[in-house]
Amino acid sequence: MNMPLTSRFSTNILQFFGIMTLAAGAVCLLLFMLDLSPTSIAGAMAAGSFTSWLKFSQILSIWVPLLLCSCGLLFTFQAGLWNIGIEGQVVMGAIGATILLRLPEGVLPPTITIILSLITACIGGGLWGIFAGVLKNRGGVNEIFGGLGLNFVAQGIILYLIFGPWKRDGIASMSGTDIFSRELWLTTPTGWRVAPAALGLGIFIFLLSWFLLNRTRFGLRVKAVGINARAAQLFHIKPERYGLMAILVGGAMAGLAGGLQVTGVYHRLIPAVSSGYGYLGLLVVMLANYKALPVPLIALFFAWLAAGSIQLPIMLQIDSSLSGVIQGACVLSALLVHGLRKKKGAR
Amino acid sequence: MVPDLYSMISLQDIHKKFGTVSALQGVSLTVEPGSIHGIIGENGAGKSTLMKILTGFISRTSGTISFENKEVSLQSPQEARDLGIGMLYQEPLDFPQLSVLDNFMAASTDGNPARQRQMLTRLCAKFGFELNPGARQEKLTVGERQQVELMRLIRDQCKVLILDEPTTGISVAQQELLFATLDQLRSEGTAIILVSHKLAEIHSLCDRVTVLRHGKLAGEQERPFNEDGLLQAMFDTLPSKTSPPPQKETGASILTMEQVVTTAGRVGLDRVSIEIHEGEMIGLAGLDGSGQSVFLQMAYGLLQPEQGRVTSPLHEEDLVMRVFLPADRLREGLIAGLSIREHHLLAGNTSFILTGASGRARSEQAINTFSILGNTETTAEGLSGGNQQRLLLSLIPEGARLILLENPTRGLDVQSSQWTWQHLRDRLPEDGAIVFASPDLEEIMEQATRVLVFFNGSIILDRPTDQTSYQEVSRAITGQVEQP
Repeated sequence: MNMPLTSRFSTNILQFFGIMTLAAGAVCLLLFMLDLSPTSIAGAMAAGSFTSWLKFSQILSIWVPLLLCSCGLLFTFQAGLWNIGIEGQVVMGAIGATILLRLPEGVLPPTITIILSLITACIGGGLWGIFAGVLKNRGGVNEIFGGLGLNFVAQGIILYLIFGPWKRDGIASMSGTDIFSRELWLTTPTGWRVAPAALGLGIFIFLLSWFLLNRTRFGLRVKAVGINARAAQLFHIKPERYGLMAILVGGAMAGLAGGLQVTGVYHRLIPAVSSGYGYLGLLVVMLANYKALPVPLIALFFAWLAAGSIQLPIMLQIDSSLSGVIQGACVLSALLVHGLRKKKGAR
Repeated sequence: MVPDLYSMISLQDIHKKFGTVSALQGVSLTVEPGSIHGIIGENGAGKSTLMKILTGFISRTSGTISFENKEVSLQSPQEARDLGIGMLYQEPLDFPQLSVLDNFMAASTDGNPARQRQMLTRLCAKFGFELNPGARQEKLTVGERQQVELMRLIRDQCKVLILDEPTTGISVAQQELLFATLDQLRSEGTAIILVSHKLAEIHSLCDRVTVLRHGKLAGEQERPFNEDGLLQAMFDTLPSKTSPPPQKETGASILTMEQVVTTAGRVGLDRVSIEIHEGEMIGLAGLDGSGQSVFLQMAYGLLQPEQGRVTSPLHEEDLVMRVFLPADRLREGLIAGLSIREHHLLAGNTSFILTGASGRARSEQAINTFSILGNTETTAEGLSGGNQQRLLLSLIPEGARLILLENPTRGLDVQSSQWTWQHLRDRLPEDGAIVFASPDLEEIMEQATRVLVFFNGSIILDRPTDQTSYQEVSRAITGQVEQP
């Protein structure tokens, strides 16, 4: 299609409102059927998040890992891969970071330890991604099944570590390993719920992702492979190699998310360290129609839903899983609108 | 013998239009019970369209069809099946993961495995097939899969049996068995329609043959057949050559294939040996899927030979000196969603960091030189077929030494075709060669300096175009070659 930029932009805006109206309509309908008031729920969720910086920074603490996972997924989606294994990549990142953070005190200066731990987090996640990629390239295992399997393996490893070699003194518990010493925590000022360094890293990784995907030869080749691997070969691009690179980069970003959760949020390794942000990231990227630019805003919206919904049981005696319903409705609406548009275009 | 007036199936004045294109124009034919009726014709003569109408997959634009002397509408595959019209497709329509028995039982109203197994065993014994009912369908050869299909059609007591190129990809023994089966079915009163391009097959089986050309009836013959008459009806007679291809001095070898064997594609390649030289413009002739496309992919390096060797001085030197332009441009050659500019960025040497302006000058120049209707940001799917081809041609790097093209003028109008050929001829460097496959014999004789005719995965004719004739090449396409 050969549309001028402005009209393409306005079509996108129109599409976005279409998706949102559809999703809001579906959710309101559901609430009416359950005899609940959408306005009071929206009010409660807004009150739980926008009334103070403390509350807003709570949203940002969810936004950062979600943004990182979503950025990682942009690469794999662009390469035409379904990186379901992202959850395992987050977990392996968290484990990678913990290895460094558990070094005996005094081996390395704390700042260096933190920086190195984030690097090992990237390596952990990246390797776990490569694993799924190699299974696909060499073993013919679809990345969806490979990824899913590797998620279970990662979950097994983290439970083994928490209940085995890394268990707390005397007891092993689901609450995780011993808390790291304070100097190994990412600094979080009072009145903040998110470490400024984590916030900065999140924004930096987003900008880097946008740049790599839209302004480099690498991004263009990844895109080419994702759209038409067969034709890409005729341009002397090796589809397998670029798929592998995409899943490596994606896994490293997911791993970084895991590392930041460990040093910045939980200050220890816990079994549920990924908190489902990987899967939620899949929804974010789908809602963004696999484009980089809308990702931060959509991730923020989803983070708000997740944070705000915590208020629901307290204020309105509604289960907090409502946020999941809203997120699901948005994504389904988006898939529907994109699907209809594609079908119309195909005719 | 049944009275002459009685016909099993009769088509009168069938027309079929796809949009403004006429695929069939006034085709009539009558098939009697207990006879084998051959249908022959070149690529695009309308054979498959006619068969799809007979099996109810597509509906005709006009014309009447009668079955056992009663007019029928024949608007759905279901209707055709209920009447007793069955078709054996070139590529067997089966479920590879299921067993032979399950495949035999599929679509049967009787779901009793014991009874069906008995039936299968009985039919196999009758026709001399050796099929293990418990074997998985995917372990079978094409010929055996065909036998399963055939058994199914016979069980359902089909009265009209249509076979589409049934001997493609099956062994000689299986072919003999198949012919014996068809003979037997004929003697039992089945009306058989045999679509084929192999004259030998027509000779040994058919009682009557209809020739189609460009969607029209081009001839009809009763046994004994006059071969020259059939060939003349199948192919256009070539007007005196308009512009003989410039015969260049041929130089050193660019690519050599030695005894190359592969099973890829419909018929694979069977011990293909060939040498391509500098300065050659080679046309690949043959019915669709006779190995031309596999040959091109092998020459480019997309496929590896299972036996034999492909060698080239270009291989190690640099890959960029070879290009391949596939027939399905948008599906196989271009990347939908990427712009003309982005295609040029992918094809050329680019720096790592790109801006919105990267490659703009290069693609603007290409748009001008190649008269592409579009701008630098037009995406591939937004271009017409002719412009997609121009874009692909514009991506061929300067100094390419081996240019491989699959149906380079497919879907192009006369003007775009002429432009394409002019461009390719100008483009052919002293030390390079062009190899193209084309379904259009006239195009090959006009453009190529050398012609290779593919038949069932082998090259059965290899001649400079000025040392062969249109007749010789068209005979070779149907499998007839004079032994030297």
